[in-house]
Amino acid sequence: MNQPQLTALVVEDSPTMRQLIVFALSRIKNLKVIEADDGVDGLKKLSGGKFDILITDINMPIMDGLKLVSMVRNGDTHKAIPIVIITTEGAQEDRQRALALGANAYITKPIQAPQVISKVKELLKIA
Amino acid sequence: MSGQTEQDLAKILRQSAESSERLLKENAELRARLERAEAAAGKAPQDYVELEAKFRALEGENREFANRYVEIEEENNNLANLYVASYQLHSTLDFREVLQIITEIAINLIGAECFAIYLVDDKTRTLTAVASEGLDKDKLPKVTLGQGTIGQVAETGENHFGPEEQMNAPVNPAEPFICIPLKIKDRIIGVIALYSFLKQKTRLASVDYELFTLLAGHAATALFSSKLYSESERKLSTIQGFLELMTS
Repeated sequence: MNQPQLTALVVEDSPTMRQLIVFALSRIKNLKVIEADDGVDGLKKLSGGKFDILITDINMPIMDGLKLVSMVRNGDTHKAIPIVIITTEGAQEDRQRALALGANAYITKPIQAPQVISKVKELLKIA
Repeated sequence: MSGQTEQDLAKILRQSAESSERLLKENAELRARLERAEAAAGKAPQDYVELEAKFRALEGENREFANRYVEIEEENNNLANLYVASYQLHSTLDFREVLQIITEIAINLIGAECFAIYLVDDKTRTLTAVASEGLDKDKLPKVTLGQGTIGQVAETGENHFGPEEQMNAPVNPAEPFICIPLKIKDRIIGVIALYSFLKQKTRLASVDYELFTLLAGHAATALFSSKLYSESERKLSTIQGFLELMTS
């Protein structure tokens, strides 16, 4: 049986990091990846489409990742979307703050592609 | 004995002989079956041993494949990191953008927290910080070629790696934990000095050393060509302005 097409939104201001995440996610079958430069761009893209997972950095210009998580969880659309944070912030309090705001997973940089793939698959409930 | 009795006795004897013969036949058959059963019983443990040996061998192969799979996954991941780093470094001819990309690679791919990029000034034989993270670039002193760790790396072109236990020691701008020369063939145009790493980065992986090598070559080329390009653009606009003045 064909797996339905899923869509991920990657919000990351660093083009290097974004390319690396997209590269990792491209190994998941039937997953389309849309990119956004910052929180505002991310929100705009979320409001204009249907997404199955959100992957975001924390430290970004204009609107940071935590604000984005908070707005998504308190918004009308995508309030239940699984959210993965990928950040340089490795302190326990940063992790707790992100999870308390509604993030489902917290991954610290530098990332390992298999770790990102397995977390995204787990949240999307795909094999 | 009467004839009747003889006949009866002969009949009994015949029946008895037939019965004995049948019993002997059955006995022979049972013996044969027993022999076959014994032979089969004797052979079974041998088959079992062979099967177990095969099973163990397959299990070993399976483990080997699993380990190999993990290694290949890791290698794929490393190659992806190297590809992305290299691709990004050569994606622009803007000097500031190249510096930004080197910074991003150091933070996101290597996990560096405090570092600086120094460039050599051939006229004054000094190194000046042109970009930094976690440190104020303007407060970083100029370094004379050959002096201190940074100066020596810039002069010799040899990588400097501090002992791993000093990986997150307090930052001393003169003594980076790692110092990588930025080289174009034998020409050294600068260095990247790494002082400390993100909290979660507790050890250096093999891909980090590959990234350092990649940075040494590709970042140097990208910085050098972007610098040349911006200089040629500047000269071109000066010449164009001059020509416009001449023709107007």
